[in-house]
Amino acid sequence: MYLYDDFDRTLVDERIDEFRDQVARRLSGELTEEQFKPLRLMNGVYLQLHAYMLRIAIPYGTLSSEQMRMLAHIARRYDRNYGHFTTRQNLQFNWIKLEDLPDVMADLGRAGLHGMQTSGNCVRNITTDQWAGVAPDEIEDPRIWAEILRQHSTLHPEFSFLPRKFKIAITAASHDRAAVRVHDIGLRLHRNGAGETGFEVMVGGGLGRTPFIGKTIKAFLPKRDLLSYVEAILRVYNQYGRRDNIYKARIKILVHDLGAEAFAKEVDAEWQVIKDGALALDPAHAADITARFRYPEYERLDDNPEELRKARSSNRRFATWLDNSIANHKVSGYAIVTLSLKPEGGPPGDATAEQMESIAALAGRYSFGEIRVGHEQNLVLPHVAQRDLPTLWEKLETIGVATPNVGLVSDIIACPGLDYCSLANTRSIPIAQELTRRFRNLDVAHDLGRLHINISGCINACGHHHVGHIGILGVEKNGEEFFQITLGGRADEQAELGALLGPAVPYAEVADVIEDVVAAYVELRERPNELFIETVNRVGVEPFKERVYATR
Amino acid sequence: MTSPLQQKLKIAGPVVVTANRLGDGVVVYRTADNGWSTQIGAAAIATTVPAATELLHAAIADDISAVGAYIAPVEVDAGRIQPGNMRERIRLQGPTFDLPAIFGI
Amino acid sequence: MPLVKNGKIIDDPYLRVLDDAPVPDDTAVIVPAERLLADAGDFALRAGRTGVLWPNARNVSDLVPHLERLSLVALIFPTFRDGRAYSQARILRERYNFRGELRATGDILRDQFLFLHRAGFNAFEVAKATDASAFVDVIRRFSVFYQPAADGQSIALRRRLDHTGSRSATNSMA
Repeated sequence: MYLYDDFDRTLVDERIDEFRDQVARRLSGELTEEQFKPLRLMNGVYLQLHAYMLRIAIPYGTLSSEQMRMLAHIARRYDRNYGHFTTRQNLQFNWIKLEDLPDVMADLGRAGLHGMQTSGNCVRNITTDQWAGVAPDEIEDPRIWAEILRQHSTLHPEFSFLPRKFKIAITAASHDRAAVRVHDIGLRLHRNGAGETGFEVMVGGGLGRTPFIGKTIKAFLPKRDLLSYVEAILRVYNQYGRRDNIYKARIKILVHDLGAEAFAKEVDAEWQVIKDGALALDPAHAADITARFRYPEYERLDDNPEELRKARSSNRRFATWLDNSIANHKVSGYAIVTLSLKPEGGPPGDATAEQMESIAALAGRYSFGEIRVGHEQNLVLPHVAQRDLPTLWEKLETIGVATPNVGLVSDIIACPGLDYCSLANTRSIPIAQELTRRFRNLDVAHDLGRLHINISGCINACGHHHVGHIGILGVEKNGEEFFQITLGGRADEQAELGALLGPAVPYAEVADVIEDVVAAYVELRERPNELFIETVNRVGVEPFKERVYATR
Repeated sequence: MTSPLQQKLKIAGPVVVTANRLGDGVVVYRTADNGWSTQIGAAAIATTVPAATELLHAAIADDISAVGAYIAPVEVDAGRIQPGNMRERIRLQGPTFDLPAIFGI
Repeated sequence: MPLVKNGKIIDDPYLRVLDDAPVPDDTAVIVPAERLLADAGDFALRAGRTGVLWPNARNVSDLVPHLERLSLVALIFPTFRDGRAYSQARILRERYNFRGELRATGDILRDQFLFLHRAGFNAFEVAKATDASAFVDVIRRFSVFYQPAADGQSIALRRRLDHTGSRSATNSMA
């Protein structure tokens, strides 16, 4: 955990005071909605279909038990008893009242939570691997750098009115769980030939109307230069990014129009002037931030203890969960536990106040008071002793977050869609719910293996449909909901955009079509363990298309 | 961005003006007496472009009561007013699935 | 429109001169960029102070040869959402060491005063009188800053180290 100090707390408190004043000025009529809108957005407050929506930043997806309890409190006291974890590791409340918001912010602030950098044309909450700090395949904890960037970008005087929003993600592992190639800036920590760690810098990735995979513009950036290089990118973008057309304003369009090389040259020219200035990172600064990340005092434990072996051999359901939802921890005797927020028939990523409370308590008891949020909209207990897994599993079962479907066909990413969102063209949650019912049989799901379905209710792509193994995009046709299906997308280190399967299908047929696609995969796969994505890569979209549209 | 006032209005049937109440965001409808109601049945109906425009202008001017006013289609059947499309049905009735509280313990 | 400079509401001593209007010799004037660049020699000989209104789509490096003779640069916010002039301001202050008046013109919001101030602006054309009189309170609202900018504020990273340093110094004396 990163521990807030007086500086961090003071800034949050000052922000709360400012927001209270802004809300008062709006309610009194001193501010018009046009003037107030950018101010509320800069605090994560949107106006959706039914009500205001509050987006709370969860920097690099790390929450303490205390913070989770605070979220439960907000859900109970000011909302409708639940919250929604998003694909950007944030949390949204859907029914919040503007007149309550200053008090909501004050309550959140007591737990070090806020809505800064979650909206507006600024640098958004920095995301990273939900297993950061505990994954065996990472070279160091990327959250240190996410925190350094968080501080640098928070209320940045030069970059709070960029042409468009700006998203940065960092990974430090060989397997990219942070989807860095589909971000405005993607950073990958790695070692160079000399054994030093630094960043590969990718720029111009993104989804939405015009999806792009990010291009590498710097193969190795020393750590001392991270802030100056990011500032140079932002400065070039702030000055040259398009502002005449909201759909062409993201940095990906600038990078595409200039070409990655020419863009890199512009950045480099700017960077050469500032790299040895105030942003050159003093090792003492990095050490200070690093020192404020506290790690658990792990016990010395052996892997696969007797309690675990016994429970595994005596309880098949437990064994299934273990094989599905547990990942290796870098400390022996410990495990990383994923809590599925994708129960059969449930809206993806939603958690009730009761679930949040229970998870906070379980994290306190079994995970050193720490919880993570992943971009797949599941939660993680990052430091669980393996001997505690049987007991923990029983407790997770009782609160409905132990569905062993992590990474499987029913672990669906979905945006809120037309049921909540004022931008959406179609619903997406009911599609996800229906699919979890169709694929409720876990034996079938396990046989299918890793298969990501991502659903967006409009072209803005909050549900990351382009990078789903199966992507579903809602479009409106003559007032009816239709859905385009894509196959073969992926968000990891081999990031790809999906290819269109064929004509859009109506709402009522989506689940049938997806079942057909999955059935086609089962027929087409070369061997039982050829993954869906591998089959699509091998045979292309055509054989799927023939199968799906032959009878339609 | 074009403000709602600058957009050229086209209507194909009866419409109402709807918005969200400033203080709590609740969906409201513009009434004939220049107020707002949470009941769609109380909404003022316009069937011509000039009438709709007038209704919208007055609603937008009342920026302190409600936010983001716009024109929405409705269906009127034997005097009963119903939302005219899916989006407006969802705004009036809420999400099309049970809220997640039922998945709790 | 009230002008706030260095935290105070003042009368604007500058006269805005349009493209082809005559320029009085001994009055402080603000002229459009094109005019300054076309007649740079003439402006250098004037008795009065010269300022320039610089478009936000034009590189401020073009101003460098003239900066020494300019007492004011006015940068433009066509809408409050268009943040290009924040970068121009920082570059003028931090890279080219411009020490004259840096004025924010156009659509600026009270809630942006602090960002503008931190980017190096020291004069603000403010639409509403109530906003102008709130200026000082508004820019004092925050006491913690995370990133270096043109205002020379000590940033949290540095203050933390100083704080830790002084604390360990105290400890070592005890």
